[in-house]
Amino acid sequence: MRVNMTVNGRPYEADDVWEGESLLYVLRERLGLPGSKNACEQGECGSCTVRLDGVPVCACLVAAGQAEGSEVVTVEGLADHARQRSGEAAGAVCPGEPEEGHPGTPGTTRHPEPTRPGQVAPLAPVQQAFIDAGAVQCGFCTPGLLVTADELLERNPDPSDADIREALSGNLCRCTGYEKILDAVRLAAARTGEAV
Amino acid sequence: MDFLRPAGWEEALAAKAEHPTAVPIAGGTDVMVEINFDHRRPEYLLDLTRVAELAEWEATDRTVRLGAGVPYTRIIEELRTELPGLALAAHTVGSPQIRNRGTVGGNLGAASPAGDAHPALLAAGAEVEVASVRGTRRIPVEEFFTGVKRHVLEPDELIRAVHIRRADGPQQFSKVGTRNAMVIAVCAFAVALHPRTRTVRTGIGSAAPTPVRAREAEEFLGAALDEGGFWDSGAPLDPSVVRRFVELCAGACRPIDDVRGTAAYRRHAVGVMARRTLGWTWEAYREGEGRTAQCA
Repeated sequence: MRVNMTVNGRPYEADDVWEGESLLYVLRERLGLPGSKNACEQGECGSCTVRLDGVPVCACLVAAGQAEGSEVVTVEGLADHARQRSGEAAGAVCPGEPEEGHPGTPGTTRHPEPTRPGQVAPLAPVQQAFIDAGAVQCGFCTPGLLVTADELLERNPDPSDADIREALSGNLCRCTGYEKILDAVRLAAARTGEAV
Repeated sequence: MDFLRPAGWEEALAAKAEHPTAVPIAGGTDVMVEINFDHRRPEYLLDLTRVAELAEWEATDRTVRLGAGVPYTRIIEELRTELPGLALAAHTVGSPQIRNRGTVGGNLGAASPAGDAHPALLAAGAEVEVASVRGTRRIPVEEFFTGVKRHVLEPDELIRAVHIRRADGPQQFSKVGTRNAMVIAVCAFAVALHPRTRTVRTGIGSAAPTPVRAREAEEFLGAALDEGGFWDSGAPLDPSVVRRFVELCAGACRPIDDVRGTAAYRRHAVGVMARRTLGWTWEAYREGEGRTAQCA
């Protein structure tokens, strides 16, 4: 079957999709977006976490056909997603004024062009914080954690430690012992708070 | 495999009637695991996520009609007051990602003895609304399960909603597992006080082939509360009453030894959870939650 969806702001069409195939398989093997990782295939590890119409889900448990017509954000689009969000926030504070320091013409601020393939995207605050806090070791769990943590901070810009632990409870990491991941989320929250 | 994508409920029932072997899929948190691991290769997948009315709930005076497709996250956020036991149970399901997709309709459809929603539904009092092109029927939740992962649905029937009694007193849910998140219950227990009818109801999970109520325990405690005038006095419970309730709850289990725990452990743990949850709910009742104003 054919499946149409918008991924990271761009329309995609996948052909010859098997009816029992997961959204994760479509993203990785058909759309060339291998950022979302395939590990447990049973929703236990969270390394395939993506946003499906805004909601964090395990892409391995979404049937491809269920994603028809939906908006998906993967780790590849996280920087654009965060940039667009901060553009919207800035727009709310100073309506009509383009955000400084961003490429593009006035009027594109609220809906910046998605990063083109091959172009190096600036990092989302949560991505930079993971690097700065040393929260990345082997990196396999990182894409899922980034998508999950970014959604937490979008929903709750000033989370308590309990909020962070609960939000990340569906993302397993076997390297870090989680402490530096918690540090990274606190750091991203603090930086985002300062910026506002 | 064919992927059926009905846009409405009538269309879904027609599809199920035409293809009785079709496997319904909502959040996919059970069905997709079976497909990913090649444990199941259904001829048809019947996607219910486009049937908008399944994702709605409505509250009346006495009940909440919970659409089969309402995800756990929304139960936690929107129905904490009306369905406190189910909201607590929903909070123990999987992880945020799983709770964003998983549904009570799916939990019932899977009919696992370890389903987290089941003890809470049993304790609150609920009926499952199932439908086919032949019509609609409502099944008390205690009659819904017939065995391990088996239920009373006919091949052409789909779960439309669950009618759950709105809480009229404190409710609790407790679950034993190796950690707080991503855990299938070793065993679980739910209790609900129903001051309006002066009854107590319970639900036990993962300690028998199906989720069960501890009926003898319910009847014993109900009688003890009534005879001792506890509903009116709000007095602390007699330790001997609690002890007997705990024994009867543990006695209602028919557990097995498996990788998650032994039968003896499960029976013991159900007793511990029965004592704790009864203590919590009775304290809440004494403090006035769900109790009408006392005479001065």
